[in-house]
Amino acid sequence: MGKIKVVHYVNQFFAGIGGEEKADVKPEVREEVLGPGLALKAGLGDDVEIVATVICGDTYFGNNMEEATSELLDLIKKYEPDLFIAGPAFNAGRYGTACGAITEAVQNELEIPALTAMYEENPGVDLYRKSVYIVATKDSAAGMRDAVKKMAPLALKLYRGEEIGSPEEEGYLERGIRKNFFTDKRGSERAVDMLLKKLAGEDYVTEFPMPDFDRVDPNPAVKDITKATVAIVTSGGAVPKGNPDHIESSSAQKYGKYSLEGIYDFTPENGETAHGGYDPVYANEDLDRVLPVDVMRDLEKEGKIGKLHDFWYATVGNGTSVANAMKFGEAIGKDLAAAGVDAVILTST
Amino acid sequence: MVKEIERAGIPVVHMCTVVPISLTVGANRIVPTIAIPHPLGDPKLDPKEEKDLRRKLVEKALAALETEVSGQTVFE
Repeated sequence: MGKIKVVHYVNQFFAGIGGEEKADVKPEVREEVLGPGLALKAGLGDDVEIVATVICGDTYFGNNMEEATSELLDLIKKYEPDLFIAGPAFNAGRYGTACGAITEAVQNELEIPALTAMYEENPGVDLYRKSVYIVATKDSAAGMRDAVKKMAPLALKLYRGEEIGSPEEEGYLERGIRKNFFTDKRGSERAVDMLLKKLAGEDYVTEFPMPDFDRVDPNPAVKDITKATVAIVTSGGAVPKGNPDHIESSSAQKYGKYSLEGIYDFTPENGETAHGGYDPVYANEDLDRVLPVDVMRDLEKEGKIGKLHDFWYATVGNGTSVANAMKFGEAIGKDLAAAGVDAVILTST
Repeated sequence: MVKEIERAGIPVVHMCTVVPISLTVGANRIVPTIAIPHPLGDPKLDPKEEKDLRRKLVEKALAALETEVSGQTVFE
């Protein structure tokens, strides 16, 4: 019997092509084992061969999700793999989204067992957790060993069509699937046990976690935008030249509030990006490409908006924790409301 | 951040390139943009065309702010 054939997906960074300056590379394939593939190969054992590695730049994928997915599928198909593995993507948002999308496409369109892996706060998780198995990893590549230790056995189980255990047993992120099983205690007993534990202040595990739908209803529309004060906010790292608050290029711990007084247009002299998660060349040339101050000023002068708010707010949305983003958003929202701002344009990269 | 600003009672429009992420995050008014490293510009265009493009996108965002929505809405 031949070896189990695996095709592996990585981004431009893990393929060793380059960082953000190379994030626009198009899908390609290499008949070799690259980067994390080496650890995966070791973890999967001698019966498995990684026959090819498919690669795509994160920005290219994010900008062209449908085309990139179909181009990658064509590349993968040729190798007739028995198994497909993407990542691990850790907390890289565009990479995680790409891994989820391509894993789903391989599983559903090529009908090949597939899995990926990433950190639980990666935006790829909420997008794809219901359709594919996503192994839970740490938030950085320091968790590679731990990731591979969980990915390899689960991948082999999927390949063999074996029964997959619970998320806790197998190490994947919960998919919102309910499964029937036999147990020696009936429901009423288990419920009373849980209640007693709860009353005693002890830990207990619910059998039916409620989904966490944290949605905020849309606010009513602005009645007359020509009378409104509009503020601009960004997660794209748009900061005054020199990044005076030293906002971190990834995993930001703070946001900045900056005066727009006297700024009618961004130039390479007065603005730059602090964001470390995309190629900064275009934003540093003209920060209006991230935060449209020039256009907002024109609209203000022409009376198309009432007023551009005197300050802009910026942070870096690159591996930034959900908890921090919520904290920043809450503080910015309060500040804007107190200043009487009527509407907000928030830009993201 | 979009959601917390909305929660503060201010209508907010999210201008971003990867719309699925914006939907997951919970933005209610979404305007798709050009590309990740330059959402509101296109370095391939000459400066005037580029600014026109940016203006169109911002005008779309302002129109979105003036539009009542009952749930997540993408303004293509």
